[in-house]
Amino acid sequence: MKSRIVLMVIMLTLLAGCVKATPAVSPEAPRVLRVMVYDSFSVSEDVIARFETANNATVQFLKAGDAGKMLNQAILSRDNPQADVLYGLDNTFLSRALNADIFEPYQAKNLSVIPKALHLDNKYRVVPTDYGDVCLNYDKAYFAEHSLALPQSLTDLTQPEYRGLLVVENPASSSPGLAFLLTTIGAFGADGYLDFWEDLRANDVLVVDGWDTAYYNEFSGSSGSDGVRPLVVSYATSPAAEVYFSAGALTEPPTGAITAPGTCFRQVEFAGILKGTQNRDLAEAFIEFLLSADFQTDIPLQMWVFPANPTIALPQVFVEFTLEAVQPAEVPAEAIEANREKWIEAWADVVLR
Amino acid sequence: MPDNTAHRSPSIHDESRVATRHPPLVTRHWLLVFPLLFLLVFYFYPLGAIFRASLMGDGGLTFEALLARLLGPATWRTLGFTFGQAALSTGLTLLLGLPGAYVFARYDFPGKRLLNALTTVPFVLPTVVVATAFTAVLGPKSPLNVVLMNVLGLSRPPLDLRYTLGAILLAHVFYNDTLVLRIVGGFWANLDPRLEQAARTLGASPWRAFVEVTLPLLLPALGAAALLVFIFCFTSFGVILILGGPRFATLEVAIYRQAIDMGNFPLAAGLSLVQILCTLGLTVLYTRLQGRLARPLDWRPRRVTQRRPRTAGDFALVLANVGISGVLLGLPLATLVVRSFDAGLRYYTALFENPRGSIFYVPPVAAVGNSVKFAVGTTALALLLGMLTATALYRRRQGWIVDALFMLPLGTSAVTLGLGYLLAMARPPLNLRGTPALIVCGHTLVALPFVVRNVLPALQALRPSLREAAATLGATPARVFVEVDLPIVWRALTVGGVFAFTVSMGEFGATSMIARPELPTIPIAIYRFLSQAGALNYGQALAMSTLLMAVCVAGFVAIESLRPPGSEE
Repeated sequence: MKSRIVLMVIMLTLLAGCVKATPAVSPEAPRVLRVMVYDSFSVSEDVIARFETANNATVQFLKAGDAGKMLNQAILSRDNPQADVLYGLDNTFLSRALNADIFEPYQAKNLSVIPKALHLDNKYRVVPTDYGDVCLNYDKAYFAEHSLALPQSLTDLTQPEYRGLLVVENPASSSPGLAFLLTTIGAFGADGYLDFWEDLRANDVLVVDGWDTAYYNEFSGSSGSDGVRPLVVSYATSPAAEVYFSAGALTEPPTGAITAPGTCFRQVEFAGILKGTQNRDLAEAFIEFLLSADFQTDIPLQMWVFPANPTIALPQVFVEFTLEAVQPAEVPAEAIEANREKWIEAWADVVLR
Repeated sequence: MPDNTAHRSPSIHDESRVATRHPPLVTRHWLLVFPLLFLLVFYFYPLGAIFRASLMGDGGLTFEALLARLLGPATWRTLGFTFGQAALSTGLTLLLGLPGAYVFARYDFPGKRLLNALTTVPFVLPTVVVATAFTAVLGPKSPLNVVLMNVLGLSRPPLDLRYTLGAILLAHVFYNDTLVLRIVGGFWANLDPRLEQAARTLGASPWRAFVEVTLPLLLPALGAAALLVFIFCFTSFGVILILGGPRFATLEVAIYRQAIDMGNFPLAAGLSLVQILCTLGLTVLYTRLQGRLARPLDWRPRRVTQRRPRTAGDFALVLANVGISGVLLGLPLATLVVRSFDAGLRYYTALFENPRGSIFYVPPVAAVGNSVKFAVGTTALALLLGMLTATALYRRRQGWIVDALFMLPLGTSAVTLGLGYLLAMARPPLNLRGTPALIVCGHTLVALPFVVRNVLPALQALRPSLREAAATLGATPARVFVEVDLPIVWRALTVGGVFAFTVSMGEFGATSMIARPELPTIPIAIYRFLSQAGALNYGQALAMSTLLMAVCVAGFVAIESLRPPGSEE
């Protein structure tokens, strides 16, 4: 019986192989470009359609979880790459990706329009496409009602008047959570951040698993929330999203972002051509497209981050309700990759024990 | 169905012995070919691929270092907590579920079907959504807290269960109550009530009659339900993270953190192996016991075993159980539904709009369609494979080994299996990435244990003399199966089918890894809405969740109304 099973497996696998064999392609048929993206990636249909028409291509998106999950999938499958291009790698994971050597260098022509500060890889393996600021958000009503001044520094958060007001995300499982941990490392250094967290813990900070729990269930400022904490770690663009997604009910955001120096972390996102692509020319065209005005203009309302190209006109809701971080925290990507696990574990020992 | 043996003791072993002496084993062996092949291709092959890649890769850890970390105090702590919370959760779920199972089994009352369907709804809901409901019911702004704060003049809410062990246990009961209600209740419903009545006539108290007559007969179903609940809580992930908070970690959580957040694949694989071995140990223990517990029984149709509540005691019992389910399961669910209408129908109409022209916009009809298609495919495949497996296994002495193998997918970390699929199923010889078939097969892998666990006890409890009588009268094995086995195990099959449907409808983790964005399901749409700020996103997530509940209830009712010709309840 065993040998029959083996035989059947062989036959089945052969069959599956046949089914999937590539059919002959006529020269005019559009080529398929596969792009790996994280779950919250979004783009307008007409923008992608213009790329497809211009390049006689069909773009297939593979959604692969959040940024960390996506990167790990790309690393695990590097011998048999799932896609030609990867989009959405951020600076907290950049070094892991570069160390794993999953990208083919490409010096994009459109890179010239992107500010030098965002170029984090001098070997051109990835290009910066956009950035977002992780900042404290506050509930306007609470601070007005209690005539409380807004915290202007991280140290303020450890003061008695802000006791029990802040909810943050676990840096081990959440990307804004990690960003906020890095903000504290940027501010107090790898030697001093634990002392700060000790004080924050004494001041009754609440740590939850992810952004959705923090923002929708614990933060008091978000629309319809049952939360009671008026300070949350979120994005600089969240107040603008509150207005945009209020279905016309709000003309002013119920929340605000604190962008004071040293209180925010800038997440820069990158795209790159995955090693082993069979469509190198098309992948190059796609990288150029990601940096083009067409795609860059589409970014803000689709993904609620800022386009890397500073000359792009932002939508009205961004202009009115969004501030960019002033002097965001600085932690080099190599230091993040080298110390991530150590920093998070030490943090957990202090905050979660 | 002849019932002339009903008055005899149910613990007679002679008949099953007679049967094992003449087993039509040749055909039975062959029934296992397809289920085993399925397991081999869709479980062991991807699992082998991820283990090989994790352990052979250039992870930088030596084998000794890995082993030292794997067997270090952190693992033992995690393992201790994982076992402890699973045992507590299982005990609580059984305690709360058993009275409900009794009421569902023995009473017939208006609205019972709908209530039964509603108790299964929690099973499909994403944890983020359940967390929202729990926050509304138990959180700082809940009505109870508001009243207490006013009455006692407090400035902070006195009750907040969230981020405690209590919240984890409560959520596990909320999710898994249905397993006890349906598996034990379904088995109980066809149990001959005259056995217990005889004990009562002979002077036993109701409690003694229950403990000495009914309980031993229920043990196979009780064991099956307890095993499933335990494994579910043992591998709990979302509940621990979201409702328990970052202070708690099960093995599953540790595996996810190592694989995804730390990129430490060797350690993740090691922990996965520990989890698989624990599941295997538990299941082997159970299947060994199960073989001894099973007794041939006479199945009675429901019109005989069930009655309408008549006395005041009956009414009190039914109402108390309906009340408890109502508070425990109904209140959080109702909160979600009510909230989805906070802005009238706006959140629902918004589902049909794509104002930003996003290429990833999910039309609700498409999400429902995809979810239902996957779920129907999963149900059909799981029922077919499960029936084959159970039929092949129910009278084989060595069956417990194979039986335990089929339980493994349930105890295997979703992230491990998901990454395994990515490695094994996206390249020749099995390049299935993004195909609907792969999603159905992945869901079936998890759904299959539910079918086997329901059908196997039913088949084992079937009196062999019935089959033999049919065979003696000249029926072919196939005809015996269709006309004797099938009508009697039908009930168990529908319960298995309901869970297969549910598993598929609610599954998110693996689907998000292996699905193409062109085939979004309802849970994927819910997560997409919850990843951005704003009332409309939050509201649409609730509207989608309500839609998910409605589709599930419709699905359950449809599955339960299917009957083979000539059978009765």
